[in-house]
Amino acid sequence: MDKHYGVLPLIKRDSIVSLLKKGERLDGRKVDEFREISVETGLISKAEGSALVRIGDTKVIAGVKANIGAPFPDTPDKGVQIVNAELIPVASPVFEAGPPGEEGIELARVVDRGLRSSEMIRLEELSIIPGKKVWTIFIDIYPLDHYGNLIDASGLAAVSAVLTGHIFDIKVEGEEITIVEGSEKPIPIGKVPIFVTIAKIGDALVVDPSYEEELVADSMLTFSIDEDKNICAIQKSGSGALTFEEVSSAKNMALKVAEKIRNFIPKID
Amino acid sequence: MIPSKLIDEKGLRVDGRKPEDMRSYKIEVGILKNADGSAYIELGNTKVIVAVYGPREAHPKHIALPDRGVVRCRYSMASFSVAERKSPSPSRREIELSKVIREALEPAIFLEEFPRTVIDVYAEVLEADGGTRTASITAASVALADAGIPLRDLVAAIAVGKVENTLVVDLNGIEDQYGEGDMPVAMMPKLGYITLLQADGSFTPEEFERGLAMARQAIYRLYEGQKKALRRKYLEIAKEVSEGG
Amino acid sequence: MPVYVSNRQIVVPGELLAEGNYNVNGGFYTYQRKYFSKILGLVEVEGNNIRVIPLKGKYIPSVGDVVIGKVVDVGMTNWTVDINSPYVGILQVTEVFSKPTSISRSSLSEILNVGDLIVTKVIAFDYSRDPLLTIKEAKLGKVTKGTLIEITPTRVPRVIGKKGSMIKMLKELLQIDIIVGKNGRILIITDDPEKETLAILTIKKIEREAHVSGLTDRVRNFVLSRLKGG
Repeated sequence: MDKHYGVLPLIKRDSIVSLLKKGERLDGRKVDEFREISVETGLISKAEGSALVRIGDTKVIAGVKANIGAPFPDTPDKGVQIVNAELIPVASPVFEAGPPGEEGIELARVVDRGLRSSEMIRLEELSIIPGKKVWTIFIDIYPLDHYGNLIDASGLAAVSAVLTGHIFDIKVEGEEITIVEGSEKPIPIGKVPIFVTIAKIGDALVVDPSYEEELVADSMLTFSIDEDKNICAIQKSGSGALTFEEVSSAKNMALKVAEKIRNFIPKID
Repeated sequence: MIPSKLIDEKGLRVDGRKPEDMRSYKIEVGILKNADGSAYIELGNTKVIVAVYGPREAHPKHIALPDRGVVRCRYSMASFSVAERKSPSPSRREIELSKVIREALEPAIFLEEFPRTVIDVYAEVLEADGGTRTASITAASVALADAGIPLRDLVAAIAVGKVENTLVVDLNGIEDQYGEGDMPVAMMPKLGYITLLQADGSFTPEEFERGLAMARQAIYRLYEGQKKALRRKYLEIAKEVSEGG
Repeated sequence: MPVYVSNRQIVVPGELLAEGNYNVNGGFYTYQRKYFSKILGLVEVEGNNIRVIPLKGKYIPSVGDVVIGKVVDVGMTNWTVDINSPYVGILQVTEVFSKPTSISRSSLSEILNVGDLIVTKVIAFDYSRDPLLTIKEAKLGKVTKGTLIEITPTRVPRVIGKKGSMIKMLKELLQIDIIVGKNGRILIITDDPEKETLAILTIKKIEREAHVSGLTDRVRNFVLSRLKGG
């Protein structure tokens, strides 16, 4: 059920569509252009990792908490990764307080799949006492201002928070474990996924849809791509339909644009 | 019970299939009395039953739209459908799948013909062995047609995956769990539009394109099965009538 | 230009019917100069004419339809009536009597109460509001006797028949009165319980076999053999 349906008056859809026929967008961007991106990390001292990402007017903050807990029974030697997203009312008049609905759950799961499939967090290196104690990395995503394309901003925030986040050395004595004070060390990282979302509006494909563009889009395709150009996650959302050619074009656009976005990932030495 | 090899020396999969083979399947239409439309699908060991109610009055009234019908979808797995009993309350996965399944079916429905009404699609997985969301979509579109709801096309779906670096069609449970990639695809076969596309794992751009092409072929085959199943009920009645009634 | 379907074929949504100049009616849509079915239905092809008849579907009201409704709520100046449709009907107090009558709020339920059946006509419907009904005309009003059955609304035309031939035949053969609502609700009025049962069985048979040709003869034979045999 599209909560935003009917919010944008029809007249605006027509002007967006006719501009796109000439390859132009409302905010002057080209179809394969992202809005201005900024990434700020390490802003929340109580978290083990944090990042605030701005894509145009969209703002998303992600925080990493590293806890010690039990592993999942079927993977006793691996750490645990849990991604959650809360679409808080702060960010938009269309978000209501309460537990995550389908939109928030989808957002969290798509970001989780992108990270998991690229093995961004090397879960096999997070075991403390195999079968009993492992690191559990919580990544919590909070949009602060929804102006379109929450997924890419959330993915970039999650990735940046993990890259600049830390866990600690652990002293293991029999069954006793103690965190070694002052022993911050980076979370073990595999590949780094970039998220690129493309919206289909009429016959046009546009990268990084703004809020108005999302409202008039028939559907959206999100690709998660690692540095070796592997596709590690895809999600089509929205109730439209795409031709095979459109899907291929979108994939090619995403591969090209992902390389530019990669420059905004925090560099770790 | 992790299998030692998912693809053996002869290139066959754990259940003896070739990479491009679908599992055997059956589709039955109109099996529920109460629902306005219904269908049951078996795809290998995966078993899903779908009931469609509607178009009907919207309850609560505020979810209705003034100029078109609204689709609600509930994908749910029965507690006994998986090896470890699953709690009946909706999991995050079921909530996400309910959304993507709905979005896979909506483009096919002429919703403008039913303003201020609701169409409810309920998919219950009775046994899960890989491909539950694609089986749900395939059965749901048949149930929508069975209910007499006007559609642009049927929608059929299949999951393509990657197992030991080989692209395979119609992942079963083991391949889904231990393979390197899973890509469910849904299509309106006649019109050629994709309505569901997801992936996890790792695909090169070339594997992605090839996987899509493999999915397309499998979907065309499923589509023939959907058509046969829909016609069967009425052809059976006609046969009975000409034989005796 | 070709037709791709044959007479009395069962078609599914999205099935290609024809390309070119045809007179197409019923459950179809056009795309790129081709005709497609949009429903699970029965196709009738006669020369240049193609008709797609739905096998199943909800009753969507049309102005002028006579339907059988069931009162589900009594309001201050109207009744809410279930007409077996996704759209619920409204019968206003002004549509009950031909002459202006003064009615107090409490006496509304004395005229029609929850559970009452009415034979009513749709006088207005435009999707943006609930359909409006009337019982002011002759042959409309509260149902005082008879048994109600429901069939799939799309089969009602078969129960009525071409120019009313089927329903006329049933009434004559069975010597009973039958009121057929466009919304799939049918009232069978007779004091003879056996005739009532036979009427129900016959109508159910028409519903089930509506898509198989030779229906009228089969129905006549069915009724006659049951009347004789008992």
